[in-house]
Amino acid sequence: MNLQLTQDGRLRHLLTLDGLPRAILTQILDTAESFMDVGEREVKKVPLLRGKSIFNLFFEPSTRTRTTFEIAAKRLSADVVNLNIATSSQTKGEAILDTVDNLSAMHADMFIVRHSQSGAAHFIARHVAPHISVVNAGDGRHAHPTQGLLDMFTIRRFKGAFHNLTVAIVGDVLHSRVARSQIHALTTLGVPEVRVIGPKTLLPTGVEQLGVKVFHDMEAGLAGCDVVIMLRLQNERMKGALLPSAQEYFKFFGLTQEKLALAKPDAIVMHPGPMNRGVEIDSEVADGPQSVILPQVTYGITVRMAVMALLAGTGNT
Amino acid sequence: MHASLPEADTLIERLAEAIAPTLTPDTLIVGIHTGGAWVAGRLHALLHCTTPLGTLDISFYRDDFSRIGLHPQVKPSNLPFDLEERAILLVDDVLHSGRTVRAAMNELFDYGRPASIRLAVLVDRGGHELPIRPDFAGLTLAVPGHQNINLSRLDDGHLTLSLA
Repeated sequence: MNLQLTQDGRLRHLLTLDGLPRAILTQILDTAESFMDVGEREVKKVPLLRGKSIFNLFFEPSTRTRTTFEIAAKRLSADVVNLNIATSSQTKGEAILDTVDNLSAMHADMFIVRHSQSGAAHFIARHVAPHISVVNAGDGRHAHPTQGLLDMFTIRRFKGAFHNLTVAIVGDVLHSRVARSQIHALTTLGVPEVRVIGPKTLLPTGVEQLGVKVFHDMEAGLAGCDVVIMLRLQNERMKGALLPSAQEYFKFFGLTQEKLALAKPDAIVMHPGPMNRGVEIDSEVADGPQSVILPQVTYGITVRMAVMALLAGTGNT
Repeated sequence: MHASLPEADTLIERLAEAIAPTLTPDTLIVGIHTGGAWVAGRLHALLHCTTPLGTLDISFYRDDFSRIGLHPQVKPSNLPFDLEERAILLVDDVLHSGRTVRAAMNELFDYGRPASIRLAVLVDRGGHELPIRPDFAGLTLAVPGHQNINLSRLDDGHLTLSLA
């Protein structure tokens, strides 16, 4: 049984984009589109989730994701409570479920969960009462579905459609939950060519099985692309054996204006943030005319509004 | 029963005639998706309005959201004007319970504070559940609760009313 969908095929939880049908992805993107004007009105709110309580349950630090979830919930008129729960090595399943039970006793309607362990959101979703929905806001290396959705929304807004695109995902795919969600969404939405570009040490083995083309040479991989998605290189991994140095990484896999010129002239550049300027992306590109990195942040709000509205409206409350 | 219903176009013309003497040059016409937006478009043309036409999708303001969820095809509201201190003519196809109109008024107030709102409907079918009455109605017809009165648009743009 699919934990994410109700028996009649509606969204029940949002845990991963893997296995979600195209119709649901499209419904989320269309709903997000209809929320676009709310942020520009006199009253930047709609009363859809009035009286609902949404708990931001962040076991791992985050600024952008937590803030955009909070703004999204507030624009829907929900009450939002932010909990930043520092992860200690002692945080085990029992403790998480105790937290969830306590918050459920405070009449929570939805949990937004970020956790450093893969599967944490699934674990909570299996445990909660039937009227509570769970949204995965990033779990370990596994998935970050709302980031994947906001990236799809950005691509659709700038490129209009998916069926004629070549999309490259560049960098540390190995450690990236964002990349996994993007790959699932891009293939489900019918992008004919998805490429991953990176050094062998930062690409997961068997990544081809997800339906992507692998490139270790960035120049070859960027040729003819419509969309270039840069991934964040976590500085802490630089010290390990995976990479020689930030300078060398930038030389081979950093996006500069010269390398970007190999993609299509109207290619857009995306990055989920936070950026390491001068490591995976040159400032000239990040702030340049082809960058849509800031629109991604804005769209993150409307896409998260859409997800919460669809979940809350599934009708089991 | 279809034969007994008047032509939608006739009703729209009747509405336009009733509205015309009361229309000020600054009046903004706003139609409620989907049927109300069609009627509003016709009225806008018949009344030679020079102000932009507005449309509202009230899906985010419905009072039955937690029971039936989000409408599968929500369209963005489009109010290409500042409605602060303006006269609004709100247009819908069928007035029944009045809940749609209430939702529409709530949404309008989130865009600003209009000077006034008047309501024009193609058909007032009765069965009101709220103290909401039309200022203009093309047709007043008591329709039993188990029946539905519907406005639909053919491919050529022709509007037709049906009772089922």
